[in-house]
Amino acid sequence: MPKDEYTSRDFKVVGTRPIRPDGIEKVTGKARYGADISAPGMLWGAILRSPHAHARIKGIDTSKARAMKGVKAVITRADFTHQPEDSGMADILDNCMAGDKARYDGHAVAAVAATSKSIARAALAAIEVDYEVLPHVTDVDEAMKTGAPVVEPGRQQESVPEGYCENVTGRSQYGHGDPESGFEQADLIVERSFKTAATHQGYIEPHACLATLDSDGQGDLWVCTQGHYMVRNVCAGVLGLDAGQLRVTASEIGGGFGGKTHVWMEPTALMLARKSGKPVKLVLSRDEVFRATGPTASSSVDVKIGMTSEGKITGATATYRLQAGAYPGGIAFLSAMCGFAPYDLENVRTEGFEVMTNRPKAAAYRAPGAPMGAYPVESVIDELCQKLDLDPLETRLKNAAREGTRSSYGPTYPAIGLEATLEAAKSHPHWSAPLGENQGRGVACGFWFNFGGDTCVSLMVNPDGTVSLSEGNPDIGGSRASMTMMAAEELGVPLDQVRTIIADTASLGQNEVTDGSRVTFAVGLATIKAARHAIEIMKERAAMTWGIDPEAVDWRDGAAHPAGPNAGKFPPMTIKEIAAIASNTGGPIAGHHEVNAEGAGVSFATHMVDTEVDPETGAVKVLRYTVFQDAGKAVHPDYVEGQFQGGAAQGIGWAINEEYIYGDDGRLQNAGFLDYRIPVASDLPMIEPVILEIPNPGHPYGVRGVGETSIVPPLAAIANSVSRAAGVRLTSLPMSPPRVLAALKAQ
Amino acid sequence: MRFETPTSVDQAVALLAADPEARVLAGGTDLLVRLRAGQIAPSAIIDIKRIREMTVISQEDGGWRIGAAVPSAEMNEHAALKADWPGVVESADLIGSTQIQGRATLAGNLCNASPAADSVPAMMAARATARIAGPDGTRDVAVEGIPTGVGKTSLEKGELVTSIFLPAKPAHSGDAYLRFIPRTEMDIAVVGCGISLTLDDQGKISDARVALGAVAPTVILSQSCADTLIGTAGDDAALDALAAAASAEAKPIDDKRGTIAFRKDVVGVLAKRAAKIAITRAGGKTGGET
Ligand SMILES: Cc1cc2nc3c(=O)[nH]c(=O)nc-3n(C[C@H](O)[C@H](O)[C@H](O)COP(=O)(O)OP(=O)(O)OC[C@H]3O[C@@H](n4cnc5c(N)ncnc54)[C@H](O)[C@@H]3O)c2cc1C
Repeated sequence: MPKDEYTSRDFKVVGTRPIRPDGIEKVTGKARYGADISAPGMLWGAILRSPHAHARIKGIDTSKARAMKGVKAVITRADFTHQPEDSGMADILDNCMAGDKARYDGHAVAAVAATSKSIARAALAAIEVDYEVLPHVTDVDEAMKTGAPVVEPGRQQESVPEGYCENVTGRSQYGHGDPESGFEQADLIVERSFKTAATHQGYIEPHACLATLDSDGQGDLWVCTQGHYMVRNVCAGVLGLDAGQLRVTASEIGGGFGGKTHVWMEPTALMLARKSGKPVKLVLSRDEVFRATGPTASSSVDVKIGMTSEGKITGATATYRLQAGAYPGGIAFLSAMCGFAPYDLENVRTEGFEVMTNRPKAAAYRAPGAPMGAYPVESVIDELCQKLDLDPLETRLKNAAREGTRSSYGPTYPAIGLEATLEAAKSHPHWSAPLGENQGRGVACGFWFNFGGDTCVSLMVNPDGTVSLSEGNPDIGGSRASMTMMAAEELGVPLDQVRTIIADTASLGQNEVTDGSRVTFAVGLATIKAARHAIEIMKERAAMTWGIDPEAVDWRDGAAHPAGPNAGKFPPMTIKEIAAIASNTGGPIAGHHEVNAEGAGVSFATHMVDTEVDPETGAVKVLRYTVFQDAGKAVHPDYVEGQFQGGAAQGIGWAINEEYIYGDDGRLQNAGFLDYRIPVASDLPMIEPVILEIPNPGHPYGVRGVGETSIVPPLAAIANSVSRAAGVRLTSLPMSPPRVLAALKAQ
Repeated sequence: MRFETPTSVDQAVALLAADPEARVLAGGTDLLVRLRAGQIAPSAIIDIKRIREMTVISQEDGGWRIGAAVPSAEMNEHAALKADWPGVVESADLIGSTQIQGRATLAGNLCNASPAADSVPAMMAARATARIAGPDGTRDVAVEGIPTGVGKTSLEKGELVTSIFLPAKPAHSGDAYLRFIPRTEMDIAVVGCGISLTLDDQGKISDARVALGAVAPTVILSQSCADTLIGTAGDDAALDALAAAASAEAKPIDDKRGTIAFRKDVVGVLAKRAAKIAITRAGGKTGGET
């Protein structure tokens, strides 16, 4: 891990709060999202979906639909003649268009393209599918039982010990030391089981795209996604196209939170376009988003922790069982890695089981796996603190990981900010504020790895000296603002001299998806280095003009300066002056940087929350919420605070009301925002963000990703708060009023 | 699909009588949602908002006649109506959000015939009646006579509701409506309870109406609940008896919005809390010993 990137400096632009560059477009409704673009001769796509949780497809009769006026293409799996060799690609294809069986309620079985939406809908109704309904399983614990309906046989990996149901496809193990001997040293051991429901990322914009694909294999795709390079690579792989022939452009994006890091329907749009010879627009309804794209996994977890009466954790184990949905994969391994990551433990073991069920393929959701990793652990720590009469912040400080700690998942930490967040929490007025009747205060810590990955940035110095910056990551959390700021900082030019755009897949090299809280870190690093590259070129041009050695030129305040008296007495050359004569000094000036960015720098947070429980109805009200998180360096603090608040808000929903509700028939009952209850504005208190800045050694400005860690602690922080307010330990999410009231009555 | 904008009740009745597949459109906050979701495909939509008499709130016999096209936002701005029937106005004020209330009507809430409709228990408690116009003329029906099941009403072919009438409020009376939702707004009642009551000169409850929402296929107008209050001063024992009676009357289902046990418990809690508000509004005191 490179540690030499960071140097301390005084910032001029970074750390300020300028107006966002995409603001006017967005508030005036001009910004173009996935569904906002049309093409001449365009058709409307629509997808027919299985009404069964699990069914063999014995036949599909599309003749009536094909005969309808205005219907230009009808496709089923039979039209996807390319069979990908890679099993991951084959699974994506099967998920986009079912093969021999429908694996979940909402699984696509056919699609049409027609001249209007209503004709497309009517054509779907005219398609006849002959199903043989099969037994199904939608609960993770049920799916692990011997004799459970098997979603797909033959997918179990070698990591799974013998005797497990075939739905269990993977098992992972982490940790060190000997928990059993650790438990022997404990004064108190608490062992409990927990459950969390599947939750939706809650993005406002449904998936949408516009596709063209000609018979020569050239295609264009406009799509709402977190990663258009990923979309290109997957569509090419699934359809057997050359990636270079498919150009993908990312639209503005109305939220993703991980739900748009996957491909759900783009190959279908491309196939409809190929078959009809026309551009095809495909826009999912909210119902389709819920039924057929991925929520995060539900979980079932056992945790056991031993503690001395002074609060030292002596031994810890956890077993995570996570629902992967209808295909192998899953994120239990991430839960197993993250659960105990905040603590310095001698004896810790975790294991994770990935389990297939008849539900849509589980997708990433903000720090995938980490919230359900932390929730059971932080709940048990809180219970130990209650029973041993210990302060929950002091106890966490006593066990906190710090620089040099060997983490529960393996690596040894460099400089990290967990202690700083705990100390900040301890000294914050929230911690000492009085509580009323039926109120409780909860705290919890959370960890996320953060990520870097493949990144390309191009920085063009235009003839007038302004700067155009191209990056390849859809801007979800304000990255255009942050990149613009970092470029302006490094070049020493005013902010309004730089404009950042998101380039299409033909304009820059490979970029990883906007995920893993990677963009401000990795694209920021590449932006700074691309600026440095351009500066080197501009220094050469100035040196050439002055007739001195490029080494003898300094760059500051947006201009080349002779490095010292020995270099010669020349007035500085500004970026404008250098750009104006670029044609005569060697041609256009541009910097670029391509990197697989390492050293993302792990991130920690501590959350504190007060709730009040209505003892007669079980209703939970969130009264006060404070987030303490290490940002490394907050490039644009407004956005950082927004990330802290957003993660907490989503966590509040996850903890209190959100859940996918499946009926006995295996069908989703609440496929919409009326009965899938994300918090509304009036449900939330002001969420106070407290930014800590412990520089990340792996970034020139010390930046760490901040987007995901903020959703890791809330589940436990709120559960701890509610459990203390209610006087009973709650172990199942969401803590919806019926659950809380039942727990109160069972006391 | 045709879109009709009659300007008189007679025209509306004629259009409805001529086409059994036609639907009345008031605020459209239920109708348009169902249309877009593909749940209904009417042959014609009859918009009643151009019928002048259906868009006004007027005083009549000491009570209030509320046109079937009046949005709940207007009721909320009507000080005199609000002073007489705060429970009814508040129930309509709970519907959806500010935007929804710019459109949503009492009559639409009633004719949509959802057991969870917020204004219906409050209207029932207030002894509201619906005026119905049809090919055979006009009739007045108690609000509880309109919904007959989930999504079903007693309206005959060609009939529509033209107004809701809230009678003159008796002296020393008060009403209240409370609902339980897991969020603070934009939700559907898991349980609701509307109560209207009148006190005698001694401060004892002489008349009471209790309606329970979302705990049966239609809103329950409960005599046994009312009986626990009548003759008492709304003391703790009476309120406990009311809660028990409400829980006993409720015949809820388990569904995505709540469990049977939860609904039975919470309907009692809400009945108690609503009764306290109604008693206070009637000028009485609550919480005392018998
Ligand atoms: C976001 C949202 C939130 C909501 N929240 C709530 C809530 O909190 N509580 C609640 O109770 N409801 C809620 N609703 C449902 C709806 O807003 C209410 O039921 C509203 O009162 C319906 O009134 P409307 O005028 O819009 O009815 P419309 O949609 O116009 O009509 C509803 C039904 O009644 C029929 N109809 C309407 N008027 C007449 C008439 N005069 N004669 C005969 N038939 C008629 C229509 O044909 C239709 O079948 C919500 C709806 C939405 C979209």
